Amino acid sequence: MLYIKCPYCGLRAQKEFSYGGDATVKRPNINEEVSSKDWDNFVYMRKSPRGKHIELWQHIAGCRQWIKVQRDTATHEIFQTAKVTEEIR
Amino acid sequence: MSQPFRLNKEGLINRNKKISFTFNGKKLFGYEGDTIASALIANGIHLVGRSFKYHRPRGFFGAGVEEPNAKLQVEFNGHSEPNVNATEMELVEGLSATSQNCWPSVNFDVGAINNFLKMFFPAGFYYKTFMWPKSFWYKIYEPFIRKAAGLGVASIEKDKERYEHKFEYCDLLVTGSGPSGLASAYAAAKNGAKVILAEDKPRFGGTLLTDDVSIDNLSGKDWAEKIITELKSMPNVTVKNRSQVFGYYDHNMLVMFERVSDHLEKKSKFTPRQRLWYIRAKETILSTGSIERPIVFGNNDTPGIFLSAAAKEYMKVYGVLVGKKPLIFTNNDSAYETALEFKKNNVEPIILDTREEHSSELIDEAKSKGIDIRFSHGVIVANGYKKVKSAKIGKLNKDKNSFEKIETVDCDCICVSGFWTPSVHLASQSGNKLKYEEKIDAFIPDKKKQHETSVGAANGSFTLEESLKHGFENGSNLSAKITETKTEISIPNVNEKKYGAHDKFWCMPLPKNENPKRFVDFQNDVSVSDIEIALREGYRSIEHVKRYTTLGMATDQGRTSNLNGLQLVSNIENKIVPEVGHTTFRPPFTPITIGTIVGREVGMEYMPTRKTPMHEWHEKNNAVFVDAGAWKRPRYYKEGNETLFEASKREAKNVRENVGICDVTTLGKIDIKGPDAAEFLNRVYTNAWMKLPIGKARYGLMLREDGIVMDDGTTTRISENHYHMTTTTAQAANVLSHLEYYLQIVWPELNVNVVSTTEQWAGAAIAGPKSRDMLSKLYPDLDVSNEALPFMGYKEAEFFGVPSRIFRISFSGELAYEINVKSDHGMFMWEKMMEVGKEFGNQPYGTEALSTLRIEMGHVAGPELDGRTIPSDVSLNGLVSKKKDFIGKNSLGREAFNVESRQKIVGLIPIDRKSSIPEGSHIVKDQNAKLPNPKLGHVSSSCWSVENNNPFSLAIMKDGKNMIGKKFFAVSPLKNKSIEVEVISSHYVDPEGKRVRS
Repeated sequence: MLYIKCPYCGLRAQKEFSYGGDATVKRPNINEEVSSKDWDNFVYMRKSPRGKHIELWQHIAGCRQWIKVQRDTATHEIFQTAKVTEEIR
Repeated sequence: MSQPFRLNKEGLINRNKKISFTFNGKKLFGYEGDTIASALIANGIHLVGRSFKYHRPRGFFGAGVEEPNAKLQVEFNGHSEPNVNATEMELVEGLSATSQNCWPSVNFDVGAINNFLKMFFPAGFYYKTFMWPKSFWYKIYEPFIRKAAGLGVASIEKDKERYEHKFEYCDLLVTGSGPSGLASAYAAAKNGAKVILAEDKPRFGGTLLTDDVSIDNLSGKDWAEKIITELKSMPNVTVKNRSQVFGYYDHNMLVMFERVSDHLEKKSKFTPRQRLWYIRAKETILSTGSIERPIVFGNNDTPGIFLSAAAKEYMKVYGVLVGKKPLIFTNNDSAYETALEFKKNNVEPIILDTREEHSSELIDEAKSKGIDIRFSHGVIVANGYKKVKSAKIGKLNKDKNSFEKIETVDCDCICVSGFWTPSVHLASQSGNKLKYEEKIDAFIPDKKKQHETSVGAANGSFTLEESLKHGFENGSNLSAKITETKTEISIPNVNEKKYGAHDKFWCMPLPKNENPKRFVDFQNDVSVSDIEIALREGYRSIEHVKRYTTLGMATDQGRTSNLNGLQLVSNIENKIVPEVGHTTFRPPFTPITIGTIVGREVGMEYMPTRKTPMHEWHEKNNAVFVDAGAWKRPRYYKEGNETLFEASKREAKNVRENVGICDVTTLGKIDIKGPDAAEFLNRVYTNAWMKLPIGKARYGLMLREDGIVMDDGTTTRISENHYHMTTTTAQAANVLSHLEYYLQIVWPELNVNVVSTTEQWAGAAIAGPKSRDMLSKLYPDLDVSNEALPFMGYKEAEFFGVPSRIFRISFSGELAYEINVKSDHGMFMWEKMMEVGKEFGNQPYGTEALSTLRIEMGHVAGPELDGRTIPSDVSLNGLVSKKKDFIGKNSLGREAFNVESRQKIVGLIPIDRKSSIPEGSHIVKDQNAKLPNPKLGHVSSSCWSVENNNPFSLAIMKDGKNMIGKKFFAVSPLKNKSIEVEVISSHYVDPEGKRVRS
């Protein structure tokens, strides 16, 4: 079971969180034209990297904040967590 | 004394307390502190089971977790458990153990014929034989194999025992209480760290209990006792015996299995049987020790053959002799300690040492005691079927592959030692890639992957001095980093015997023309020739050899067989062991019970139960409940001998004719506040929200970004910047997360807050043509006329002195209202409604009637919004704005969503107007067509239309809009039904929606 540091609550067990996918995907702006290709990329296309991956988790059984987690998909090592408004480098 | 193999004084058992038990029906006794194994051996019983494949007689081989053979069916404390390790299970009064995998008995087993047919059962036998024809597999082969390969029998009784889970955090977890574990725990405890020390055996001390050593002038056993006593007295230390740390998971999470009360005769009702500990440790010391490995020789599985350290443990811990005429077969010095222990107990052993004549401290001592030592010797084959009677031994030539002399010696047991294998399972589970240590012919942990440190024998250090030093240092250093305190501890003086070098010898050659079975893996019956066959057939990867031969795949996880298997493969392949590699270790290290994994999550505790504030009333009034997620909802209220069908028809009919009330508390409710709330709703819903006036509700439709309908519900504008959203019961949690996602991540610039208020409000729907009359009685001071409170109107008013919200919304399609009061007032509201509603013929209605009402109106719900439908599929495209953008809008333009023949919701009625149509039926053109019959759609919801008094269904059908008036068959292979149906509009009752506005 992963041990995830919520930037608001501190270290908590994985079972308090739910997974939310790739955090680097950006939704096309509302009310703006978007090409079919860009839209398809946003809705369907995801990379499945082995290694470092920045992803979204929601602390559903805690503060209910969505957070960013940089995790190694192979070893599960977590390098960094951040608020969604912060950048992970 | 009727125990022929029990020593008079040795051992740590309690000789004052006799415990009676039975084995295969025979009454026996042992002492408190015995295991089933030690008690049976004391009684001279060695034959305990039959082997997996060949049904060969098998006896005890080890004295703990390494045991591959002695798995018994054990009944104790009122339950029956299969595959119990006899070397670990402690004796309790009245226990009854029986042998497994034998029929009719362990002494005469019909399956043993396999042993004489062994040429027909080579490696891969099952793969090769039971392949064709395909249909034979599950009809004939599998049942046969299952029967033949029977392990124990799982009980079908309900498990009445209590199992618990516990979560714990510590600075240092120490796994194993041998010398290095004790030293680590002690040093860390002295530094003030929070320490958990886990020992899988009942007694602490590990090898200190059996080795002839002294520490600070105390015997190993006494020193261990002193340290444990001190540790137990420290408030920062938890010491647990009978506790096996069996899994090392991510982020230093370790899981431990504690046998709390299996060894107790009496216990309180609340004492759990076993407990699972989830331990999040900052640092972990793996002091798991090592396991002796055997040397492979002919018929090495005959009962009476033991690991040499196990024989010593039986003498020193249990006061039991494994035999009175022992042969000790070894390639190293450690078995000499076993020989000396036999000698001390007046038993004359013969030592066969594969090494050439040489000298060491232990060899010299054995010589001085007059023990018969034969160098360059080994056991070629054991003789005896159900028990060792003699052994053919050979003097090896210098090449160690041929014999100078062969003779037969009498013996009643053979104690074998092929050196030591560190228990690296937990280290490997933590992600540590192991490395091969040439010096000890075994793998040891390599670079750390998590916060684990292996010490002592688990790390390949086999001397006490080194183990203690390593333990103290690591325990101290690791804990000092956490507590920032360092207490100096002087490392004690150690007195131990020095071992000479071991012999890299692991398999006895065979003389010409002799071909006895030589087992590598006892539990799965894998012999040397099986591995040879696998390699001959081209299997190269050790992972493939493992799976083909099943080497190391039994419940003992190959603890005594893995390395010998690797040696064999490396010899044949002419590779060195590190090139062959090792197979992966996976949790659990030892088998654990299903009960422990489940813990307390059984029956009512399986998941939380959510009850509405009116639940008790429903119960008292014969409601039959249905699960809606975690909620309990009344499905119908039973009157007399009514069936579900009769009751739901009565309830629905009453709503259509009079008035009914329904508990709608379970609907998801979300409070939305903020100056940008309208803009947010406008983006979330497909329809327009910017102009909704205060005091008005609107029906809204929510999509996912891929254009699929996610949820529907009404949202009401309570005040300028305050909205009240309702969701379906099932989607409440998802919708809240969905809204939070957009507010926190996508549009953080919107000034809006959302919070769930589902549990804050109790809700009741009042539906039916007389609902307005009833409402006016409930709110005598309020104008509830169609003009003052129109369809989709909203009002706040006092309900008999209690604040309430009135929404004029309808799910039933009738004139209807929904009243919300604070949860605490829910019961008051309900009872008042029942009282006031009497004169209007009010009756409560459940979810079944609710479904009937919405289905015949053509209102969609979960079965239609099934994660595959877009708005136009369910005729809700009228709610999709063409002017504004919203979540999922771009996806609605997809080609597949816009083809002419796109699926669409329709209504179905049976031609005979009588046969009800099973939900899930497939719609086909020709019911007799050849399979696979092309499917044109499926029935999503079915009811008995109370309005028209015949069955009616909703269906999602390909090209639905052009199907009206056509006839098809609704086929349900599950119910074995085929019903001819006619396609009609999905709005079966009141298609213009006049009633809700009346």
